[in-house]
Amino acid sequence: MLEIRELHASIGDKEILRGVNLTVKPGEVHAIMGPNGSGKSTLSSVIAGREEYQVTSGDVLWDGKSILELAPEERAHLGLFLGFQYPVEIPGVSVSNFVKTALNAVRAARGEEALDASSMLKKMREALQLLEMDKGFLSRSLNEGFSGGEKKRNEIFQMAMLEPRLAILDETDSGLDIDALRIVAQGVNGLRSAKASFVVITHYQRLLDYIIPDVVHVLLNGRIVKAGDKSLAYALEERGYDWIKKEVE
Amino acid sequence: MSQDELLQEVTATDYKYGFYSDIETDRMDAGLSEDVIRRISAKKMEPQWMTEWRLEAYRIWLEMDEPDWANVNYQKVDFQAISYYAAPVKKQISSLDEVDPELLKTFEKLGISLNEQKRLSGVAMDIIVDSVSVATTFKKTLAEKGVIFCSMSEAIQDHPELVKKYLGTVIPRTDNYYAALNSAVFTDGSFCYIPKGVRCPMELSTYFRINEANTGQFERTLLVADEGSFVSYLEGCTAPQRDENQLHAAVVELVALDHAEIKYSTVQNWYPGDAEGKGGVYNFVTKRGICEAYAKISWTQVETGSAVTWKYPSCILKGDYSIGEFYSVALTNHHQQADTGTKMIHLGRNTKSTIISKGISAGQSHNSYRGLVRMGPRAENARNFSQCDSLLMGDRCGAHTFPYIEVKNSTARTEHEATTSKIGEDQIFYCQQRGLNMEAAIALIINGYAKEVLNQLPMEFAVEAQKLLAISLEGSVG
Ligand SMILES: Nc1ncnc2c1ncn2[C@@H]1O[C@H](COP(=O)(O)OP(=O)(O)OP(=O)(O)O)[C@@H](O)[C@H]1O
Ligand SMILES: [Mg+2]
Repeated sequence: MLEIRELHASIGDKEILRGVNLTVKPGEVHAIMGPNGSGKSTLSSVIAGREEYQVTSGDVLWDGKSILELAPEERAHLGLFLGFQYPVEIPGVSVSNFVKTALNAVRAARGEEALDASSMLKKMREALQLLEMDKGFLSRSLNEGFSGGEKKRNEIFQMAMLEPRLAILDETDSGLDIDALRIVAQGVNGLRSAKASFVVITHYQRLLDYIIPDVVHVLLNGRIVKAGDKSLAYALEERGYDWIKKEVE
Repeated sequence: MSQDELLQEVTATDYKYGFYSDIETDRMDAGLSEDVIRRISAKKMEPQWMTEWRLEAYRIWLEMDEPDWANVNYQKVDFQAISYYAAPVKKQISSLDEVDPELLKTFEKLGISLNEQKRLSGVAMDIIVDSVSVATTFKKTLAEKGVIFCSMSEAIQDHPELVKKYLGTVIPRTDNYYAALNSAVFTDGSFCYIPKGVRCPMELSTYFRINEANTGQFERTLLVADEGSFVSYLEGCTAPQRDENQLHAAVVELVALDHAEIKYSTVQNWYPGDAEGKGGVYNFVTKRGICEAYAKISWTQVETGSAVTWKYPSCILKGDYSIGEFYSVALTNHHQQADTGTKMIHLGRNTKSTIISKGISAGQSHNSYRGLVRMGPRAENARNFSQCDSLLMGDRCGAHTFPYIEVKNSTARTEHEATTSKIGEDQIFYCQQRGLNMEAAIALIINGYAKEVLNQLPMEFAVEAQKLLAISLEGSVG
């Protein structure tokens, strides 16, 4: 459903992605690991359509069609979700208002009617329950004064509400305690059973104990240089990235 | 997308309410003199004392200089080129059927069909088109409670003792240049009196509209809340698009007697000029309220219009334990200039004031907050809290904050906070990723930013105000 072909992207004259290839099929979970600054967040931003980055060559296909010309919201309407590494604060906008606005915008774009208030509330309650979150959370200002872990849970809450076909989770596990990690994994696995696909960016193998990936990729210097199964994650955690760097050279 | 491109996208919008309705009017030739003032007064069949009051104001005005200290630049007004009187011809009406159909259409375009208002909202309207009230509804319900809500002209005829007692007591004719001018030439406005201990049963609302080319608008509003009464008053306006600058110099006086409360909300949307800054309304308004003991006056305003705005709704906290509040969102775009703020004058003991000001600047506009907090020598334990935030969109606009604080009592306390922020591309991208387009994203962020103020508005007004903020920043997309 997602196919990335020889993708090159840069910011200013600095090339950050230098030929990325990645294919994700429905229901698959792909993990991307790689050292700091290797381009993981850049890759997710480019897929999501952040205009700051220029795509210089290559393509990103969704169900076989290029999405590079689409605005970020149009990609979201297709069912793409990005769980941000650093979710932003929007003061004065409550979580419930934000999620409601987002969900109805997506529905409108798909020609569906806005969800009535009671269905919306019901859906929010279910998502909160799944993620073991308190409902007082809904009336808080979006990400404002949230702890690191709360911000990440909020991302998963939104994901559960929007039910994407493909979710990219950029270090959603960073800063989570063990319980939160388990809960986030529940959220992911719940959607996964409904044939959604995932690209999970992480530095830690332990997330992958909860969300079993089909493939683990190593992104190094703007390129995917190695792929393997879950055991690759263990190897990385044990040995670091140096041996791969050497292999590549 | 760079900040600049973003800015281009969101700042290219045409004025949504730019239309002109074709209503027959009876208007006076341009020019100002004692004779003109006498004629205005005569047309309105005013009593002698009123005519004299106006003439005195005119003489005061002649002695004054136009102020130029506000942080705004504009082409000076030629006061001789303005016609000081324009009244729709059909005036006597007893039902809506008699209202000029053109006028009704105008209101429908504005989204305020009078019928709807009458039926649904329970809002009484005193509608001002070109200086003279043409329709007043709900008078009966109000009369049962003893509430007087009518045009200023009617009040002068029917309640001269009240008008005489309070007119010019909060804003004397000598107060400032525009207040003096208004006192001399005002043609109409609203008058409201809430008797002792009465809670006004509905929100009182006035929609203002400039409708005749070259007609200066000089509304005069006087609201008196007698002891222990409560009233919530709404003022809103839009103006048709045109090329020449239009002067609007209103005066609003509020009197809150002991234990009374007045909530005064404004949504202001005068024509701001085109994207190049041509045309647009000059809005030089004087608004002030006086609080007796334990009284409270709360000003809430959402300002999105006008080419030039000069406006400082103020409170004189005369009585002990009185409270003044000022909640403001001022949005400027393109070449708009706004110099707004408030004055909180603490005279009495244990008086309290709160100022929440939210500026939003886009395009090449300039948005200034100018506020004065004065604690008089008798103001034992007086308290003020001020918060002035500015939000910038792009880097061609400006936000300025001028807080003036004078404290003459050592037990009084003031607290001032100010922030300046930029609307972040990160925030916009985050919203877009969740499915909102750029306009919806900006509207959401802006409304969140202004929430503390919008929350102060009555429900229907808050919804309208939110839309207005969004429209004012809307891009060329869609
Ligand atoms: N907006 C930007 N401006 C300048 N440089 C950028 C920008 N975005 C990314 N970069 C650079 O691109 C490189 C890749 O950054 P990216 O955030 O994609 O790394 P990452 O793999 O997500 O790292 P981490 O593991 O620390 O999150 C870094 O060198 C970073 O400094
Ligand atoms: Mg990253």
